[in-house]
Amino acid sequence: MRWLSKGELFGYLSLAALLFLVFPLTLDPFRLNLISKYLCFALVGVGIVLAWGYGGILSLGQGIFFGTGGYLMAMFLKLEASGKELPDFMVWSSTETLPWWWEPFHNFFFTILSILVIPALFAFVLSYLVFKKRVGGVYFAIVTLALALTLTVLLVGQQGYTGGANGITDFRSVMGWDITSDESKRVLYFIHVVLLFAVMGIGAYIIKSRLGKILIAIRDREDRVRFSGYDTAMFKAFAFTVGALFAALGGAMYSLQVGLITPTLVGAVASIEMIIYVAVGGRLSIVGAVYGALLVGFAKSMFSENFPTLWLFFFGGLFIFVVVFMPNGLAGVLDRFSARKKGQRESGLNAVPERTKA
Amino acid sequence: MADTILAVTGLTVSFDGFKAVDDLNLSIDKDELRVVIGPNGAGKTTLLDMICGKTKPSAGRIEFKNADLTKLSEYEITRAGVGRKFQTPSVYDDLTVLENLEISYPKHRGVFGSLFFRRTREIGDKIRAVAQDIYLQDELETKAGILSHGQKQWLEIGMLLMQDPELMLLDEPVAGMSARERDLTADLLARISKGRSIVLIEHDMEFVRKIAHRVTVLHQGKVLSEGSMDQVQKDARVIEVYLGM
Ligand SMILES: Nc1ncnc2c1ncn2[C@@H]1O[C@H](COP(=O)(O)OP(=O)(O)O)[C@@H](O)[C@H]1O
Ligand SMILES: [Mg+2]
Repeated sequence: MRWLSKGELFGYLSLAALLFLVFPLTLDPFRLNLISKYLCFALVGVGIVLAWGYGGILSLGQGIFFGTGGYLMAMFLKLEASGKELPDFMVWSSTETLPWWWEPFHNFFFTILSILVIPALFAFVLSYLVFKKRVGGVYFAIVTLALALTLTVLLVGQQGYTGGANGITDFRSVMGWDITSDESKRVLYFIHVVLLFAVMGIGAYIIKSRLGKILIAIRDREDRVRFSGYDTAMFKAFAFTVGALFAALGGAMYSLQVGLITPTLVGAVASIEMIIYVAVGGRLSIVGAVYGALLVGFAKSMFSENFPTLWLFFFGGLFIFVVVFMPNGLAGVLDRFSARKKGQRESGLNAVPERTKA
Repeated sequence: MADTILAVTGLTVSFDGFKAVDDLNLSIDKDELRVVIGPNGAGKTTLLDMICGKTKPSAGRIEFKNADLTKLSEYEITRAGVGRKFQTPSVYDDLTVLENLEISYPKHRGVFGSLFFRRTREIGDKIRAVAQDIYLQDELETKAGILSHGQKQWLEIGMLLMQDPELMLLDEPVAGMSARERDLTADLLARISKGRSIVLIEHDMEFVRKIAHRVTVLHQGKVLSEGSMDQVQKDARVIEVYLGM
């Protein structure tokens, strides 16, 4: 068994060339920053490939984790931008003193730690309890969707602590380093791309490991896997937790690079958009998910600039098209294409039926 | 009396008031190959389901090596040393034969154990030996989903062999097999029954006669008769249930 198939290798190399060379060399700062934004969702996408594509766990609430990561980072950025003052939105909603749970976010390292731990811990506890009770499939999707909605309402309602519907914005620096200039945005872009490749590497490792095979087995026949001696709830919770962690990283990078986090990024629509990125790119392909985030993100920007009202129609249509005609997304189409070409030389026995199960 | 490995007492389960297994007692010795026969709907599959934890009994005890299996979850029962082959072959279609066997290897079954799992020479050898046993040595890289029905049955037995359970529960392993495949399977069972206990459900009397030590006849969730094949076939109650056996 080879580490990477030819198609995957091509995917990784072309992506590296685009992200490290082509985009930074050809795009103006504004466009490059847009790419950064799309790549935040790419981080989420890698996690969705693991949890959904391999573990069979469909979450319609990845915004919860994206948002948590984003808000945690925003708390730090806002505190630093406010200096000795109370953050502006607190003043506006007449919060008198900084709430105690905001205090630790003066510290950058605590903030990073919290981004790595809090969403993942929440994801693990929630999903392990739910999976242990053998609630799965559609019900789990609904649970996550409901949580995403709840969190949105909470964020909007607690304006004095969260900035309400406007979210948190107006960031300036990280430990004295100005993050608003074009130059530092460029640096952040490269940090982000390196982070993305690290996350993709971790994802690829998990998929190729024995754990990855067990996830596939669970996706297809969870009942049977228990009789192979595995606590399947634990494995599913692990996949979901890793997905949550990657989503939180995406959210944190979003706050850093876009300079704004709002409840809409937590909600149901945003969460479903994240699934669509992956569905378009291919839910069994990590590189595919990243391309999906780039392509759909780009399409979204184009549409919103030119025909803002048509975007949602286009988006819905795209989703239906992908689900019906390309169950494994762009990566699936490329795979089939290369399998067919190979089939002309060999016997063509590689054709394994595509699975369309959610 | 030989060592008992499995002792089932007073086992009962009812589905909406219908008792599929009714106050059943059964005892399996170490290294015994027991065949369970009985007409369709007799409760044979349900009995195995309860032993391996798939179905929770309404009453009764299942003692396996001093542990009460009714209190354990499926994966704990598997880890205790009970392996189950299902009536419809249940293999992992999207994985290769090799991967199917490999994930059945009974170590590193925790999350981190499997994340950092490496296929050692020892494990590789074991996989090849089992593949040879189940006549699939040339199909290691084949996806299980495209195996023939009989090959899937063998693969599932192979997955159990990887687990190396002390008690194997086999539900109609030759169903849907060609005559040649049946003969090969009889050979296979003869080989793998050494050093472990097997409970086997089967319909094919020819096949049963070839392999059984002792036979238990189930009928309407109860044990109707028990003994050697010859004894059982002479039993008037069995003849009544199985006209023309
Ligand atoms: N989960 C279930 N719910 C309701 N009835 C069941 C269930 N499982 C089995 N039964 C019933 O229990 C009886 C015994 O079934 P089973 O153990 O599969 O028989 P056998 O394997 O001997 O042919 C049948 O009448 C079957 O319909
Ligand atoms: Mg049966």
